[in-house]
Parts: sequence; C-alpha cells; structure tokens
Amino acid sequence: MIDFHDKLSQHSLELSPTGLATLQVNVGKLCNQACLHCHVDASPKRTEAMDMPTAQRVMEVLAAHPQITTLDITGGAPELNPHFDWMVVEAKKLGKHVMVRHNLTVQFDGNPVTGESKEYLPDFFAEHRCEVVSSLPYYSQYFTDKQRGRGVFNKSMEAMKRLNDVGYGKEGTSLMLNLVYNPVGAFLPASQASLEADYKRELAAKFGLHFNSLFTITNMPIHRFKSDLVRHGGYEAYMEKLLNAFNPAAAEGVMCRSQINVNYDGRLSDCDFNQMLELPVGSTAPQTIFDWDFDALLRRRIIFADHCFGCTAGAGSSCGGATA
Amino acid sequence: MPTYYESNDLARFADVGTHQRPLMDKFFEYYAMATGTDGALTKREKQLIGLAVAHTIQCPYCIDAYTTGCLESGADPEQMTEALHVVAAVRGGASLVHGVQMLNGLEKVGA
Repeated sequence: MIDFHDKLSQHSLELSPTGLATLQVNVGKLCNQACLHCHVDASPKRTEAMDMPTAQRVMEVLAAHPQITTLDITGGAPELNPHFDWMVVEAKKLGKHVMVRHNLTVQFDGNPVTGESKEYLPDFFAEHRCEVVSSLPYYSQYFTDKQRGRGVFNKSMEAMKRLNDVGYGKEGTSLMLNLVYNPVGAFLPASQASLEADYKRELAAKFGLHFNSLFTITNMPIHRFKSDLVRHGGYEAYMEKLLNAFNPAAAEGVMCRSQINVNYDGRLSDCDFNQMLELPVGSTAPQTIFDWDFDALLRRRIIFADHCFGCTAGAGSSCGGATA
Repeated sequence: MPTYYESNDLARFADVGTHQRPLMDKFFEYYAMATGTDGALTKREKQLIGLAVAHTIQCPYCIDAYTTGCLESGADPEQMTEALHVVAAVRGGASLVHGVQMLNGLEKVGA
C-alpha cells in the first residue's frame, strides 16, 4: 500500500501548520465506558490523569497566547479528572472558548472509581457556557449500544434531555450541544448534512430532543478499532477503502494544521490520534508544554503516518467533523 | 476449490471494460448518477432500492456492494431489513396473485 507521504506528494500537497487556534488537552484515560472503537482505549480501569502542575501550565500557556482562542478538553471522560472543573473555570476567566468532549452517560454513571456523582454537569456547563460535544453513533438504540455498550442509548437520551432543559441545543440560548457520529463498523460516514437532518428529525420526533450540529468522524485504524479489524480479517480492506477515498480537499483541512494536542503528562502531539500512537510533535519543536515555544510549534513539521488516511477519506474527518 | 463467485472479484468490476472501454466508462458514469447521488430520491433511498434489487436478483456482488452502500449513506440494519421485507412481500405477492389464474382454471373445469 502507498504510504501517506507519497500520497501527499502525488497531489503536490505540503501540509504545514496554518495557525494555532486550538489547544486540545487530553486530561486522562479514565472513562465510565469502554467503547468498541475508542482510539484512547479508555475504560473504568485506566488511571492516567493530568495532575495540577500540568493543568496549571496549560493555563499559563493559554494566558500567554491570545492567538489560542479555544481549549478543547477531551479524555477518557474528561469530567472524571479531579482538576477538570478548575480548568474550565480558569480558561473561561481567560476569555477562552471551552469545548468539552462529554460522553453524556457520565452524568448518570459518575466516577467509576470514587463513586462521585456527575449529575451537576449540565448546570456547570451552562454556567460556564461550555460547548458540549457528545458522541451518539446513531439516532436509534441498535447502533449506539452496539458501539458504546448496552443501555448507553437510553441513558444518552436522558442526558440530552437534561442538557436541553438548561438551554443546550435550543435556538436563542447560544449554548451549543453538538453531536458526533462515527460509523459502527468498517465503513465511511454518510454525508454530514444528510445525517444531521436525519438526527434532528428523528430525535425531535421520537424523543423531543434538540442539538445544534452533527460532526461526522471516520473511525481511525488504530488501537481498539484496529484490533477489531485485524481480528475479523478486515484491516487491509479498510485501509484500502481509506486510501481509495483519499480527497485532497479534505487533506487541506486536516485539524493538525491548526491545533496542538497535550497529553495528560504534558507531552505534545499534532493530534489525539498521534498522541495515542506515541508520536510526539516533530523534533524541532518543544516536546512538552513545560518548554512551550509558540513560534517553534508554528514552524514544526507535522508528523504523518498511515492512520492519517482516516482524516483524508471522503468528506474528511476531524474532531470538528467533515473537512471538505 | 475454485468457485464462480470470489469476493475479491468485485473490485475488478472495471476490468470488464478491458476490451470495450468507452461502453464501460459510459455505463459507470450512468451508474454513478443513477445510484450514487441525491436527486428526486435521496442517495440513501436509491441505495436501499439497490439493496432490495440485489436480493431480488440474488447477486452476491451487488448484495456486498449495497450493504456497504446503505451503511455509507446513513441507513441502519433496521431500515435495510425493512427493504428486504418489501422484496419478500412483492415476490410472495407475485406468486400469490397468480392464484387468480389458478382460480380461473378451476372455474373453467367447473371445480
């Protein structure tokens, strides 16, 4: 199979950083769920978590750089990090837009280790005007529970209702609730606009629920999803599918060009997928948030590998959905 | 043991144009327009129709292609299964409606 760099060369594409508007921070791998396609391999058994000195350093970097307008907090279930609430409050004090990758069910499941309740989250998110981004693999139970675990769909509907009740996803409130679709298997997402219309129609009609936008994301051929593909003999076919669907326009819009990703221990990567593959930012750039250098990061060479075909297939894929 | 149907052959569909490329190119262009775009019918509706036809003609290549096509146009197994029941109903109905001919035959012989 042709490698990613060769594919870029074929299309005369040089994907260098275009800016650094988003700092994506993965605060840990603990999660109340253990989803089939999780690229983090997150679960209730994971213990990795960002500590307070690292969280404080994240805030120092945000404070020093008005160019970074968005803090994107992910995990695991990021709300399970003991410093999560503090980070949200501090980032908002700095005037940053805060996105939280919220899995919905943590509202009811709480912390699987300490038993701490997380039912306060909708009010907390609303008070601090966080953008909430939540995975929902489909607008019905079968696909959702198949990927995310039995009972997740019904819990997700209840959690969405609680978010709607405090104003999320409703016109006029500016409290953004965005949903994320990713395929339940080795296939590419349908058109984002078409799926968004379906989700809106079906969730409103069947559950009276509302949200703002749907982001479609392609399954990355790494970690749990890759293991599943290999186990079923479908890895080569899936990679071939991604390669055949390579879209230069989607490649131009890949998220690594405008963000930096921070590991729970402060190490820097170009994206969360690279982080999980232990691929740090290029060697000319600072390797951790403790030796942060904004200009050097803007000059860095982005690290690509074959999993990047997942972001460039079809309409493209990013943490913000399609890119083309 | 070799068989007439190999799943890898689906990816070789275009090879059928080896000895008459212009006709095959025109076919693929037409095929993509007919099945792969939103029109008066959505792409998903077309893919579900394709899945139904694939089962009616019992073409393994087509069943493979349209199963993926349905998923990649946003359909779920529930919708896909309903499409198969339309096939079953129409095919079953087609058999049963010919029962009228049987009734005509019975009448003709006074039975």
